Amino acid sequence: MAFTSRETRENNISQEIWVYCEVIETELLEVSLELLGQGRKLAETANRKLAAVLIGEKVESLAKIIFAAGAEKVYLIAGEKFAHYNTDVYTTAISNLLEAYKPDTFIIGATKNGRDLAPRVAARLGTGLTADCTELSIDKETGLVSWTRPALGGNIMATIHCHERRPQMGTVRPSAFKRLTNVYRDNGEIIYVPNNILTTLESRTTLLEIIKTDRHSVKLEEADIIVAAGRGIGKRENLKLIEQLAEVLVAAMGASRALVDYGWQPAFNQIGQSGKTVSPKVYFACGISGTVHHLSGVAPGGIIIAINNDPDAPIFQAADYGIVGYVEEILPILIDEIKRIKLGE
Amino acid sequence: MNICVCVKQVPDTLDIRLDPTTNTLIRQGVASIINPHDKHALEAALQLKEQYGGNITVISMGPLQAKEILKDCLAMGADKAILVSDTAFVGSDTLATSYTLAYAIKKAGNFDIIICGSQSSDGDTAQVGPQLAEQLGIAQITWACSIKYDGAAFKVTRETEMGFEVIEAKLPLLVSVLKNMNIPRYPSVSNTIKAHRANITVWTADDINISCKKVGIKGSPTRVTRIFTPERKGKNLIIQKESAQEAVELLLRKLTEERIF
Repeated sequence: MAFTSRETRENNISQEIWVYCEVIETELLEVSLELLGQGRKLAETANRKLAAVLIGEKVESLAKIIFAAGAEKVYLIAGEKFAHYNTDVYTTAISNLLEAYKPDTFIIGATKNGRDLAPRVAARLGTGLTADCTELSIDKETGLVSWTRPALGGNIMATIHCHERRPQMGTVRPSAFKRLTNVYRDNGEIIYVPNNILTTLESRTTLLEIIKTDRHSVKLEEADIIVAAGRGIGKRENLKLIEQLAEVLVAAMGASRALVDYGWQPAFNQIGQSGKTVSPKVYFACGISGTVHHLSGVAPGGIIIAINNDPDAPIFQAADYGIVGYVEEILPILIDEIKRIKLGE
Repeated sequence: MNICVCVKQVPDTLDIRLDPTTNTLIRQGVASIINPHDKHALEAALQLKEQYGGNITVISMGPLQAKEILKDCLAMGADKAILVSDTAFVGSDTLATSYTLAYAIKKAGNFDIIICGSQSSDGDTAQVGPQLAEQLGIAQITWACSIKYDGAAFKVTRETEMGFEVIEAKLPLLVSVLKNMNIPRYPSVSNTIKAHRANITVWTADDINISCKKVGIKGSPTRVTRIFTPERKGKNLIIQKESAQEAVELLLRKLTEERIF
């Protein structure tokens, strides 16, 4: 079934759902592929087309990956002036593109640059934007996109709709969705965005320098197994046990906000509403009480294993498996036993 | 240097829950504070003023009680504080908020730089800064962790997924700042007393000459249609045993049975 709102009929809004594909140094960000996967599902539900916006210097070869990830169409903006993200240049190019082709929905990854670009574009077009969503669906009655996000530190979830203005826009957290596991298609239509749409691309800022530092972030967000520590580990020395468990499991290490606040763990290891969202297959929560704030950073779908000495800790509600006990008593045995199992293999 | 700082009043705690019967927020007894990120924005402004001279105007949009956080800003060292407050503004989303703030800022003066906290602790959208820059038609640099000025242009370091970028921009400019930008100062007792006797200017919708169709609920393209408490329910196979060894063995047996290991 296809939905057509009054606004759609009056303003020639196309039935397309668009996903913004973010490129850093000729590589597509994982979040863009995740959004194409979820965008595919939305498009099928609402009987709409899924298209991608690809912008950058030499990016045309990425179109194949985008078709495989779920899009049937790519709007390509290519050229030297798009080599690096620039607020003014990208805002004007994307806003002009949206005005020319009038998609119904525009989804952007909630990266630093995505959250720089999206609000600026939404303000230029005077349309609605929902920030940092973790759930997306099509409302059965209205056909609108339901943008759902944690609010108030993750204690509450809010679903937001944009009823009249178009496109409906939202940024979506990395790792909130999974990319498609199959290849959607081998190729599709590429629209080379004509130059007359890309006028007056002046920038008021100049990029002087790029400093690369954060190599850790990728690991945590892409890890299949994570061992995370919270306040309940008791003392700082017990972090050694967390590290050892991570090592035997070949897992990444994460932390709750409390440990980052104590200065026991670096901020880039923080998982939760004000930290990172992760989507491992197995999540070991060691001494983590399991506040909503923390759990909103662990995407559903994986298995949660909790170790905590407080049987009433909320983490046990969310956990699939758990042991009630002190981290410093349980972990040494757990590490030894896992080593034994691994050697047995 | 003419500096404007935008601040927001937020609840002191995020431990606000839904009333399970009425499905409304339980806000009783929750005190209000200045949004933590905004304190860093004000500190950045104070440091720029100390180095290059100038004036700092702090602007907030909110209920009349938000006068209190503006007094805190005066105590920290801001020169002037304006509260934009009108029942017409109730229900504003980020677009309507930035539209209102832009009108207030245009009335308040010509600013070289506008500094905002990158996001608020309650809404956490990080959208008002960029949307305000767009409404004012000026350049923006978001996620800033350092601002330097060389007499003609600003050099701002911002965080990205990869690390950092150093960006140069001429005036006027809007910068939204992260908490790692600085450590906000504590106001002196005498400044605090003086600030809390100060009169805060309040501007209504009429004062800033804004169309009521573009503010509040009417001016907001987005609408919150549902709020609910998130639910996380696992399988809850929780092991409680005297012996840690037994507990671990039982856990690992379960995990192997279910092919998790």
